[in-house]
Amino acid sequence: MSLRALSSAAVVTLTGAFALVFFYAPNDADQGFIQKIFYVHVPMAMVALGGFVAGGVCAIQHLRTRRSEWDLRSYVFIHLSLILGVGVLITGSIWARASWGHWWVWDEPTLVSFLIVFLLYACYQPLRFSIEDRQRQARYASVFAVVAGAFVPLNFLAVRLAQAYSHPRVFATASGGLPPKMQLTFWLALVGMALLYFTLWRYEMAAKLARGRVRALRRRLAGEDVLPGRSAAPIV
Amino acid sequence: MSVLGALLRKELRIELRTLEAVPGMSLFAVTTFIVFHFGLDRPTVQGDLAAGVLVVTLLFAAMLGINRLWVADEEQGGFDAVLLAPIDRTSLFVAKALAMLVYLVVLEVVALPAFAFLLLEPPIRAELLLVLALADFGIAVIGTLIGALAVKTRARDLIGPLLALPLLVPVVIAAAQASQPLLSSGRHGGAEAKYLLLLGLYDLVFALIAYAVFDPLLED
Repeated sequence: MSLRALSSAAVVTLTGAFALVFFYAPNDADQGFIQKIFYVHVPMAMVALGGFVAGGVCAIQHLRTRRSEWDLRSYVFIHLSLILGVGVLITGSIWARASWGHWWVWDEPTLVSFLIVFLLYACYQPLRFSIEDRQRQARYASVFAVVAGAFVPLNFLAVRLAQAYSHPRVFATASGGLPPKMQLTFWLALVGMALLYFTLWRYEMAAKLARGRVRALRRRLAGEDVLPGRSAAPIV
Repeated sequence: MSVLGALLRKELRIELRTLEAVPGMSLFAVTTFIVFHFGLDRPTVQGDLAAGVLVVTLLFAAMLGINRLWVADEEQGGFDAVLLAPIDRTSLFVAKALAMLVYLVVLEVVALPAFAFLLLEPPIRAELLLVLALADFGIAVIGTLIGALAVKTRARDLIGPLLALPLLVPVVIAAAQASQPLLSSGRHGGAEAKYLLLLGLYDLVFALIAYAVFDPLLED
């Protein structure tokens, strides 16, 4: 799929999903209008977590094949998931404030686990860029991505266990307790968010590869003095 | 097996001769109990507060050991020597993790009596040792792996704890929850089985993962 087609598909799906959110899905009986943030927050969180896991899978591929493009893929997955992660924490916080009255609630296990996962992945770039050697940088980042990818489900389990008796879950599963109209809207929003994520992923991959090529050309012009700098772009 | 034994002996002998890690960790733990005494402003602790103080203190003391664990290998050519020897590289990881486990056990031999003497109200129960042993195993595995990752970075003292702390949150949760009833005065039930299972699961998963991903860290 070309980048242009993918971008249009993402825009159309997301616009459609938001149209459904505002004009089709009913207001929540309990929480009212603010519940609509659910259609942004939950898909964003699911896509971000999926991106972290995808980063781990690419890292496994990199460790097995030692080909640098797998490392680049893993890097871009994790980078974009981190950016989405900021959005997840902000929207989650707003939702918590509106429906429970506090900006941060410790007895909402999903939000707390997400924060821990986010803090862990926030160390990915500091780790990566404090290693000089490019090959070692890629290998170490991959080892980290694999360990952290396995950590994601374990951490959710641990945080959930610690609070199992204090609070019942609001949504039994992502869509389990939802009426059909809400379910349709939610799934469309999830698909839209996934498309948006994948489009951004493709753009960043293209940008990184282009930057690597520009750097190679510049090096050919100026000699070896051009330093690579703080970037995960490949060395061509 | 003899390779593993030799590597483990090397670790322990270095530690015995330099005394770089364990005395520092133990002293740190005792000092932290005093800090907690003044920070919380109470003569004794029990229950959830005691569990929190104990687990957090041991975790931070372990962090000191994790930071020191690989420094000698990085600075004085230990990595190169192991790479030159015709042995399985993973045995280096296993030996290091076992050494870390020994450090943690020694740390607790000092820290637990100090905790009971300085802060804890009820007497210590034997079940607590099981909880701590399971937690130690997880800390040793993650600490050894993260220590090996961090030692090659420019800011190793910073990267190590930054990576290890979030990774060890499940251990903190499970160990604190499991030891909470054990540190309460009066008859309370034992540690809840689900937290012990969680600790066991954590230990198993990360031991396997660390075993699988350690090799690429040594390649050069």
